Amino acid sequence: MQPTHSSRRILLPVRNWFIVVTLFTALLLNLIPFGRLPGIPDWVALVLAFWCVHQPLKVGMAAGFVLGLAMDVADASVMGQHALAYVLLAFAAAGLSRRVLWFPLSQQALHVLPLFLGMQLAMMVARMIVGAEFPGVLWFLSSFTAALLWHPVTYLLLIPQFRSEDKDVHRPI
Amino acid sequence: MSVVGHAPPPFFKRGPAPLVRLAFFVSLSLILLVADLRFHTLEWARLAVATVAWPLQRVTWMPIDAAGDFGAYLSRQSTLLKENEDLRRSQLGTANLLLRQQHLEQENKRLRALLDMRARLPVEGRIAEILYAARDPFSRRVIIDKGIQHGISAGQAVVDDIGIIGQVARVFPLTSEVLLLTDKDQAIPVEVQRNGLRAVLAGAGAGMMELRFLAANAEVQLGDILVTSGLDGVYLPGLPVAKVVKIDRDSSYSFARITCAPLAGVERHGLALVLGDRTALPPQPDDAPTTAEQSARGKRVKKKARQ
Repeated sequence: MQPTHSSRRILLPVRNWFIVVTLFTALLLNLIPFGRLPGIPDWVALVLAFWCVHQPLKVGMAAGFVLGLAMDVADASVMGQHALAYVLLAFAAAGLSRRVLWFPLSQQALHVLPLFLGMQLAMMVARMIVGAEFPGVLWFLSSFTAALLWHPVTYLLLIPQFRSEDKDVHRPI
Repeated sequence: MSVVGHAPPPFFKRGPAPLVRLAFFVSLSLILLVADLRFHTLEWARLAVATVAWPLQRVTWMPIDAAGDFGAYLSRQSTLLKENEDLRRSQLGTANLLLRQQHLEQENKRLRALLDMRARLPVEGRIAEILYAARDPFSRRVIIDKGIQHGISAGQAVVDDIGIIGQVARVFPLTSEVLLLTDKDQAIPVEVQRNGLRAVLAGAGAGMMELRFLAANAEVQLGDILVTSGLDGVYLPGLPVAKVVKIDRDSSYSFARITCAPLAGVERHGLALVLGDRTALPPQPDDAPTTAEQSARGKRVKKKARQ
């Protein structure tokens, strides 16, 4: 596995506990009560999309569903709202996984931006059908922040998989 | 488990196809959505998860708490002194009223006894701190730091020093959710303080409220103060609620569009007072006996109105 498919670096296999820890940390970050401040990214969505792209065989829709339920309780929103959105996000991100890793990181961010926007749109449709108020255009800012964070988060989450860069003439890669 | 768009060869057992799993989880989420929104059957699950997650939540408040403490630490002494002086002055200003209040209450009780009326029970309140606004961008809720353990129950009114800010919507062991007046789902019976005109005030989103179902020529003026009418048995009568800020009398509609701004610091944070339960209202008088034909007609009208 490589950080991007065009890279020459080969990654170590991912550890399962690391995936669990990062998802849990994202959940904690989401619990920080920023109130209605616009532009705070949905950390769970970001980390979930990351692992769905990089490890589609390990993290998928089931993880999205469980995390969504946790978010629904923490957010005081309707049960199933985040679950629905995260399941759709996980599906789309897993669909992208074979393709998006061929691109450099900035273009990967452009690929995942529509996923985050679609996730927010799904939440909005689910709530506005039953008569909730429109949260304002600024609410969609959090998708853009999440897409901007794709680049640093990729490095952060892949750190444990990088092997030391010692040049060895006897080793081909 | 297989990746979307790439079916594995049949000899790799990887579970159901992605589309199948998507359909399964999406329908599960939709069932949850309907169960929660329509039937309100998931409150117990929410309570259980919230109770387990309480320590975690407490941990996540730390950064915000620390930032608040740091800000308070940096606030200048002169500001504090000035605030102190203002508070003392306002306390002196209201002391006069407070001193007379006790006397008036006694007098009221005696008069009510003379008139053989039901005594008004004193309503006690519980001071709570507003911790933060709930993250859900589709509704207006705040979380306060008192819950079941402190005797809070759903439906109690919440006020601050100026007026009503909302109603307790959901209680957890140590916290509760307060639905603010500006939420679209919240309605409160009010009357115009100037002339006693009764109406229903409903949240309109974006921090504003709307007086509903008042005729286009209703006697409401800009700047009118709206107070609770107490008809619902939840709010005490006479508590200030909102102020009329905009009246749009379009003759093409039968109702006037009256926009109001809340008086209390609905969207601000600080301390709030959760009022105790009001005594139950006397039972409603039985409906006048209606004939079967009348009720059938009523139903038809309702159906039409819904369409």
